[in-house]
Amino acid sequence: MQHQLLIGYDDRHTFLNRLSGSTKLLSFVGLSVIGMMTFDTRYLLGIMVFSLILFRFSKIKYRDVSFVMSVIIGFSVLNLVMVYVFAPHYGVDIYGTEHLLLGSSNHYFNLTTEQLFYEFNLLLKYTFAVPLALIFLMTTNPSEFAASLNKIGISYRISYSVAIALRYIPDVQSDYRTISLAQQARGFEISKKAKFMTRVKGGIQIMLPLIFSSLDRIEVISQAMELRRFGKGKKRTWYMAQKFKRNDYLALLVVALLILLGIALFKVNGGRFWNPFK
Amino acid sequence: MQNQQSNSIRTVVATGIGAAVIFVLMKFVAIPTGIPNTQVNVSIGFLALLGAIFGPVAAGLAVFIGHALNDFVTYGSPWWTWVIVDGLIGVAFGLAKNRLKIANGALSTSKLVWFNIYQVVVNFVGWVLLAPTGDIIIYHEPATKVYVQGVTTWIIDSISVAIIGTILLVLYSRTRTQRGSLKKER
Amino acid sequence: MTAPIISFKDFSFQYNSQTEPTLRHINLDIYPGEKVLIAGPSGSGKSTLGRCLNGLIPQSYPGKVAGTAMVAGKEVTKSSIFDLSMNVGTVLQDPDSQFVGLTVVEDMAFSLENDQQSQDEMQKATAKWATTLDLKDLLTHRPQELSGGQKQRVSMAGVLIDNSKILLFDEPLASLDPASGKASMALIDHLTHTQDLTVVIIEHRIEDVLQQPIDRLIVMQDGAIVADDKPEAILRQSLMAQLGLREPLYLSALKLAGVDLDTCQHIDSLANLQVPDLTDQLQRWTAGVTLKAPVQHPDPLLTIDHLTFGYDPKAPIINDLSTTLNRGEMVSLVGQNGTGKSTLSNLITGFLTPQQGHMTFNGQPLEHQSVKERADQIGYILQDPNQMISKTLIYDEVAAGLVLRGVDPDTIEQRVYDVLKVCGLYEFRHWPISALSFGQKKRVTIAAILVLEPAMLILDEPTAGQDLQHYTEMMGFLTKINHEKDMTIMLITHDMHLMLEYTDRTIVLGSGNILMDAAPADVLTNDTIIDQASLAKTSLYSLAAAHAINPTEFVAKFVQAEREAR
Repeated sequence: MQHQLLIGYDDRHTFLNRLSGSTKLLSFVGLSVIGMMTFDTRYLLGIMVFSLILFRFSKIKYRDVSFVMSVIIGFSVLNLVMVYVFAPHYGVDIYGTEHLLLGSSNHYFNLTTEQLFYEFNLLLKYTFAVPLALIFLMTTNPSEFAASLNKIGISYRISYSVAIALRYIPDVQSDYRTISLAQQARGFEISKKAKFMTRVKGGIQIMLPLIFSSLDRIEVISQAMELRRFGKGKKRTWYMAQKFKRNDYLALLVVALLILLGIALFKVNGGRFWNPFK
Repeated sequence: MQNQQSNSIRTVVATGIGAAVIFVLMKFVAIPTGIPNTQVNVSIGFLALLGAIFGPVAAGLAVFIGHALNDFVTYGSPWWTWVIVDGLIGVAFGLAKNRLKIANGALSTSKLVWFNIYQVVVNFVGWVLLAPTGDIIIYHEPATKVYVQGVTTWIIDSISVAIIGTILLVLYSRTRTQRGSLKKER
Repeated sequence: MTAPIISFKDFSFQYNSQTEPTLRHINLDIYPGEKVLIAGPSGSGKSTLGRCLNGLIPQSYPGKVAGTAMVAGKEVTKSSIFDLSMNVGTVLQDPDSQFVGLTVVEDMAFSLENDQQSQDEMQKATAKWATTLDLKDLLTHRPQELSGGQKQRVSMAGVLIDNSKILLFDEPLASLDPASGKASMALIDHLTHTQDLTVVIIEHRIEDVLQQPIDRLIVMQDGAIVADDKPEAILRQSLMAQLGLREPLYLSALKLAGVDLDTCQHIDSLANLQVPDLTDQLQRWTAGVTLKAPVQHPDPLLTIDHLTFGYDPKAPIINDLSTTLNRGEMVSLVGQNGTGKSTLSNLITGFLTPQQGHMTFNGQPLEHQSVKERADQIGYILQDPNQMISKTLIYDEVAAGLVLRGVDPDTIEQRVYDVLKVCGLYEFRHWPISALSFGQKKRVTIAAILVLEPAMLILDEPTAGQDLQHYTEMMGFLTKINHEKDMTIMLITHDMHLMLEYTDRTIVLGSGNILMDAAPADVLTNDTIIDQASLAKTSLYSLAAAHAINPTEFVAKFVQAEREAR
């Protein structure tokens, strides 16, 4: 945590590393969108298995991502429990049948196969994109990220904003640490020891140096960039941009086929849901 | 005041640095409210200031990027509906720039009152109307659950902006020096 | 004679936010191939003049302009920053803000990317300049992994890559340790000759810049040029102190020894200095001064015992370090960047927790004291004032610590005003802090800690960015509280002059431990330590060595004489 802020990019020498950032970005976005739209369990499971296999190929070590995994699990469980608490019959509404497992139909908290199945689908939707996102983050050189955004059609100014965010997050973070300690030394307090308003005031006093020094920074960086002609043309080139190679086209083709399959399933299922109970 | 080109570069940098600050605030600054598992949303207070200084484009994009990056790092994958709603709220806060005119010096009480009514409405539209609707369409989650989440977020964020945002706006506007106003006092 | 490449004619400028012009009737010609140093106290307008060269004025800083300013054949007020940037490369004071790329090579290529050059062209250009500036092994490094000197070389590469003929440096020495500063000056000199550059350096540390030859020294005061001549001529007139600038040390030594400056030749460069009978005069002076016994500080205040700390326990930054600071001492802590000077202070203040060892302060163990409890006794002032300032008005900022400690309002006002007067900020007391210069902000943060009257102060680079007058005032003030209140003061510094003239004891950190702990004069005359800790030999040392005088003795006597004169 001290040195690595964003989940660590590393060149692990796999074909995933060699793909251009634009390819990985497009694939991730494409598969995320189709996965968010569909409720076809078979399709979601398929994508999940596909991304887990890719994850295996990426040579990312589990312990590098174990922290994220535990957060995801916590997040998913919390949401699934909330869905159950607020709407224990939602699955029945969606699928139109009721197979009771526990309790009877007139109990508020009963358990049906439909509800379990629906929540299983939700779980898949919460998690299917995670391996893809991790692959994308951990095999794409942050330096190439902005160039990739620009390549897929986002303006270079916005793309460069993302690059600036990535460049300065470590600096802002270490600034925050230093400032926070120095302010606590002066007597500002944000922990639960203090009253609510004292905490908020303390928090603001800690934030202020961070915010004001960041605002100053915006001015100086803008000048530095202007002195080096940022924004001169309608386009700009990127030192780190990668050209598309054969594998990039192949990968995009595979992803396009997967997306088409997902769309085809909408037709087959006559909607977003695949209903095994009919 | 400044020329067009400098302003457009400033917007780019403000977006990037704004996103970095929002990322760090979301990740590290937790002021407990006293209710378990709920924290004051410090980053949205900062967003109000960012919008008032740099306008809708910088604020909207900054929170979109900052929130998306934070989700990537924390949850592996962004929760897109909320990220987009946050971005729209950033845009809405940025639209207040011309009315607040924060660069010209201290803010009047009436402007602050107006801004706070405005932000409560904006947060309402964002968290009670848009975000739950998005969750229902995309994730097909039950309405009761997402509306409870939306209303909770609306309340917390409105209060966060009302306290932190307002204080930041006031403090920032006080630092703006009026043209030719500074003289040494002996 | 060739036409000037930079030419100001009766040029004046007033910022929109100010009531008075910052530049008044500037007349200045700089010719191609010249290397010019613009010096002056802070607020003299030297940085403003720099901004006129690259077009930031009037493009980014609007204001009233009168007269004309031509740079490389273009009228500044009518050219865009982009146009001027092809001719003027600017290396800003803050290397972190200038370094916008994620890695070294991207930052070098940044302006070429904006010019939409192809990857091939960019690779050729970056390879060429990486060789020239010795950056080849660092190309994929992130800025967070570089030292100050390396970042500055990247900044230079990033502007030289445009093949601009004018290079502008804004306080290039501000964030460098002495050894890097020396290397940087040598590199600039080398580039000036090999790349046919016209170089303008804005800096107030004249002696450090003069380590390499300078063609012209321009001194500014209150927005006007008050001296514009060869350095030798200006130094000879002994105007430096009067103009608010620090005179080179060797020059002060010559004066102390009673040498008549009119008999000297090449007074701007110690290496070429020629004075009849100098050896004789210096030896006579040295023999005539008796060293007094140093003041003893027998009463221990902070004891550090076998302290060990490292983010990665296998590579400790502080490794089994033990030392004692005594009450009333004025100590300087020096060493290369990244050797743990700040880490050590963070351990003392409780910002970091050591893996091993313990500390006692005033006889009490520090382990169980919180950051805040320690802060009541040990004040720590960060290097960057922007990281400490949390109020918008100067008065509120200085009063904040007292308010949080529940002191009554009348006492607060009295104490705040007192400390503001001492720090030279009284006349600004109702200003917003945002309107202050860097050096002034620094004084605000020092005032905000001093007002709490701690028993010990740790200051990180207390005089960075301050001109001579404020430097002298600040150090005079610290010396005063050190004597009167018997306050222990530890200064973390790169400034050899400060360490020599104001501290009684120097602790040199290196590879996690103390390399040397001795009187400053001993440290600065020890070749091995100077090398290991990236310090720099002062000109006093070279002067003494060249004239067969024991350098340690000479330096110690010089310091004693200077202090007595103060």
